[in-house]
Amino acid sequence: MADNPTLGEWLSRRGVSRRAVLQYAAYVGALMALPPAASGALARGLAAARRQSVIWLSFQECTGCTESWTRSFSPTLENLIFDFISLDYHEALQAASGEAAENARLAAMAANKGKYIVVVDGAVSTKDGGVYSTIGGVANVDMLADTVKDALAVVAVGSCAAFGGIPSAKPNPTGAVAISQLVVDKPVVNISGCPPIAEAMAGTLAYLVAFGNLPELDHLGRPKAFFGETIHDRCYRRPFYERGLFAEGFDDEGARRGYCLYKVGCKGPVTYNSCATLKWNGGVSFPIQSGHGCLGCSEPDFWDQGGFYRPLSTSLPGLGPTLAGAAVAGVALGVGAAWLSRRHLKTFTAAPEKTEGDAS
Amino acid sequence: MTLLEFARGPALQVSLAVFIAGVLWRFLGALLLPWRLIPAEPRQGAPSPAVAALKGIIVKMWPLAPFQKAGLFTFLNGYIFHLGLAIVVLLFAPHILFIDGLIGLDWPGLPNNIVAMVGVVTAVSLVAALAHRLTSPVLRLISRPDDYASWALTFLPVASGLLASAHLGARYETLLALHVLSVCAFLVWFPFGRLMHAFLFAFSRGMTGIRMGQRGAAI
Repeated sequence: MADNPTLGEWLSRRGVSRRAVLQYAAYVGALMALPPAASGALARGLAAARRQSVIWLSFQECTGCTESWTRSFSPTLENLIFDFISLDYHEALQAASGEAAENARLAAMAANKGKYIVVVDGAVSTKDGGVYSTIGGVANVDMLADTVKDALAVVAVGSCAAFGGIPSAKPNPTGAVAISQLVVDKPVVNISGCPPIAEAMAGTLAYLVAFGNLPELDHLGRPKAFFGETIHDRCYRRPFYERGLFAEGFDDEGARRGYCLYKVGCKGPVTYNSCATLKWNGGVSFPIQSGHGCLGCSEPDFWDQGGFYRPLSTSLPGLGPTLAGAAVAGVALGVGAAWLSRRHLKTFTAAPEKTEGDAS
Repeated sequence: MTLLEFARGPALQVSLAVFIAGVLWRFLGALLLPWRLIPAEPRQGAPSPAVAALKGIIVKMWPLAPFQKAGLFTFLNGYIFHLGLAIVVLLFAPHILFIDGLIGLDWPGLPNNIVAMVGVVTAVSLVAALAHRLTSPVLRLISRPDDYASWALTFLPVASGLLASAHLGARYETLLALHVLSVCAFLVWFPFGRLMHAFLFAFSRGMTGIRMGQRGAAI
């Protein structure tokens, strides 16, 4: 058997049956809504592929994305890490630390030049040379540039990496930006969400490994398979929206009856994600099912949309002073216009009397 | 800044400011004028100004007998789209939330499907009104750009709202942003064109009633 075996050979060596690979391929195919024939191609692609080197960089983030990923149900973490990919660098999961950890990243980059995938969670600080977020004394922005230069592709997981997320929320003190703003010469896939759904991350990576190219993406660089429809379109509470039945608060009769949460700020109508279909924790539930509106966490700038509990159809906050000023201006203009008209009228009606006086 | 953020933020802010300032300007500018513009004394037996004004407002809600047949379409169609607009604007839950956010008042709405149905009828009625205006030689002669602009700026929010509610033609957030922007255009134009009749029609009809009553003419 070769020193650098294919995944098929690798799995066979580990006692994983071909049937298990087919089951996994069928699962990923179904997740990504691939045509039935594609599942076979996916299985063949996985079997023929080499173990994919993955370097996972964590920048301005909360580790929620890793927490979510480690809870992916199928494929399990063990399968994903040890069978399909080689996770060569991940600060939170690797045993090595310090220089040894950094050396592992450099070694993986050298050994898989042009072939490795870089997964990034977290935004990148760019202000003042990126000094607000460093690893081992190296600014995130420099580490990213150094790591992606020989990468095959970059996967930005989580809304911070995909769109800047919470670190870039106003006033964005560290000058945080999305990965796609810094990486312009490599393919970038965004798996947004706070955190992203585990199956979306795992499925996208499996697709990359099997087919060697990117799945179909939307205009924000997200796989359409997972971000093609809004939460609202797939929400089980949608019929209540159509019937005009809404919860007015989180503890009223409407909330107890499971009515639509639009009035308490649900952003489902403008949020593209698979929460309502894949759900979380192995399909147990998702935020709306648990009684809270969607925050719109997989959309750009979700933190700065005027408040999580402000209904979507309302204006963004801050109108008060402007409208009060407009009202004062309108009253002044109206009174002024009326005064001018009265003056004009007075002159007009007084004119004949003056003429009569002149004549006498 | 996304298109929806722009629509819900700066665009709505500016258009509402123009709307409020413009409406107050025109409204107060008209209402603060001298009310008694006819120097002559009222005729003996003339109704009081309040009665004459009220009569003027109510009577003018129906066309006069000689014009009933000829003006039937205009009359009925006018009622259809005006009532339709009122229902769509005031009884659609997201619209109620918008108004609630502005002035703190809310009320029960109608199911979305009913509002959508009324919206379709309103849109068809508006198209019929335009077709009538374009095909009637007299109406075409007296129509001004203001009439067509007012029609377009009324029709666009209805059409974009229907598309947004049905998720037709583009992504929902884009449709919603276009709908809000069309409302912004409507608000900016409102005080300065024919649309201002929504606030002034009662006063103009009331004044007509007062003048006719003062002269002893039948209202």
